[in-house]
Parts: sequence; structure tokens; C-alpha cells
Amino acid sequence: MIYLIIAIVLGIIMLVAAVIAVYNKDLKTAIIAAGVTSLFASVLYVLLAAPDVALTEASIGSGLTTLIFFYVYNKIRRNNAQE
Amino acid sequence: MLRNSLILLVLLGFAAAIFPLLHSYEAKDALTGVAEHYANYGKEEVGAANLVSAVVVTYRGFDTLGEVTILFLASAVIGLFLKASETYTKDTRSVFFKSTEILVTASRLLVPMILLLGVYIFINGHLTPGGGFQGGAVIASAFALLLLSRPQKHFSHKVISVVESISGISFVFIGLLGVLLAGGFLDNHILAMGKFGTLLSAGAIPIIYILIGLKVGSELTGIVRNLKESQKEG
Repeated sequence: MIYLIIAIVLGIIMLVAAVIAVYNKDLKTAIIAAGVTSLFASVLYVLLAAPDVALTEASIGSGLTTLIFFYVYNKIRRNNAQE
Repeated sequence: MLRNSLILLVLLGFAAAIFPLLHSYEAKDALTGVAEHYANYGKEEVGAANLVSAVVVTYRGFDTLGEVTILFLASAVIGLFLKASETYTKDTRSVFFKSTEILVTASRLLVPMILLLGVYIFINGHLTPGGGFQGGAVIASAFALLLLSRPQKHFSHKVISVVESISGISFVFIGLLGVLLAGGFLDNHILAMGKFGTLLSAGAIPIIYILIGLKVGSELTGIVRNLKESQKEG
């Protein structure tokens, strides 16, 4: 029962973060929100008894992807400033 | 208006395509088909305590080889595009802000631990959850933290590509050894099976996972490193 409640709360947080990631005009906020979605997804995977998927999601989804998005964002901003 | 109705039409098409699947779905209370075979005979046939590893490395080893190849391709394409733009302007002047003291100190403590965790995950891939991909991703995130805390540090591209190539070639070589010495491509019976549940068991699975871990780790590190180097120009 308690797991069900935690899973529902996690799902709601993921949905909110995903909507923010899609609709927010500020790219930095959107990137962070996408990372938060992955982070809570990885916690949810642990609850659903899939620890190996959770490991992948935590390190690639919320770690490396967020970092790569920030590098790309920085590069685009720099290129726009030059023009 | 036309665009919106087209989108609606496509969505309805998807719904019509997927509805039969949903309609014919019924929950099963027992495993069927290949899943049943894996669950019942996986222990005797492969000898890995982690059944997921047995499926990923041995039963479906060829698919894993394909996944590693796709990752290699993605890494190579990113390297190609960023390399092409890197030679365009040869300005190596630093554009990074100095990292904060907190990040530098924390990374000194955390990077060795995260590296150790990554190595642990892929060496114990046949016993505990996780495996080559997970361990490699954890190792790559340790290197990403290192790059964040010390932006001036230069990672050698040569070392990354040498580690990646050697582990990739060895992976295919072990697969071919399986054809010669055992039942087929990527068969893990080329080494002694050992005692079920110990570190040196499950034949070639630990070796294959170490190679996959090194390969995935170096590929992802290479992607992050290339993107970081591309920040320099302009």
C-alpha cells in the first residue's frame, strides 16, 4: 500500500517535471526539469524491482544527458552571440 | 487548422493500429515460450546467478553486440562533426570559468569512489543487478564530474579510442572463440564454469562484461570530452 502511494507521488512529480520541460520558455529550466524527470523515473524503477534499469536511467538519463544538453546549450548561445 | 486536423488524423491512425493489441491483451499468471525456458534452464545452461545477465550476454549476446555497435556509431558521428568544426578555428584560449572550491574538493573525494562503483558493477555483472552498460555509464559519469571540476584538464583522445578499439575487438574475438570451442557465437562455455554464485563463474560472462564496460565507458567519456572540447572555439 505504502509503495503504491510512493509510486503515485513519484509519477505525479514526473508528469509535472515533464510538462515543465516541454512548455517552459527558459531552456535552462527545461533541461533541469528533464533531468528531474529521469531522476524520479530511476527511483520508480527501483520500486518496480528493476535495479539495473534504474542504474542506467540514473547515470545516463539524469547525469550524462543533462550535462550534454548544457554543453550544447552553451555552444548554441555562444554561436548566437557571435552573429 | 489543416495542420491540426492532420495531426488528429495521424493520432487516430495510431489508435486504430494499437487498439487490437490492447483488446487482445490478457494477463498471464505463468511464464510462456522462451521466457519459461530461460527461467527454468538458465541456471544449468549458463550458470549466471543474475538471470538478466544470462539473457543479455549469452542468449541474446548478438543483440548486445549490435547495441554496442550503435553506441560506437553515435560516438563516432559526434566526434566527426565536432572535429570538423574544431579545425576551423584554432583558438585554444580558455573559455571556462574557474570551478568552485566545493566542486573541486567534492570531486576529489567522489571520483575514485564512483569509478570503483562502476568497476564493481561490471565485474559482478553475472551476480548482482547491473552489468557492462550500467558500469560503463557510471564510469563515464565519474569522468564527466572530473571534467566539470577541472575544465582546464585535457583528456587524451588517443587513450580513449585505444581502450575502446581493443575492448571492441576482443569482444568480437571472444564471440568467435565461442564458435570454435563451444556451441556458437558468444557461447560462454569457452572457460571453466566454476561454482554457481561465485565471482569466477559463468564462463566467459565476466570477461565479456568487463570488455563491454570498458567500451561503453570510453565511448560515453569520448562523447562528453568531444562536447567539452568543442566549447573552446569562438
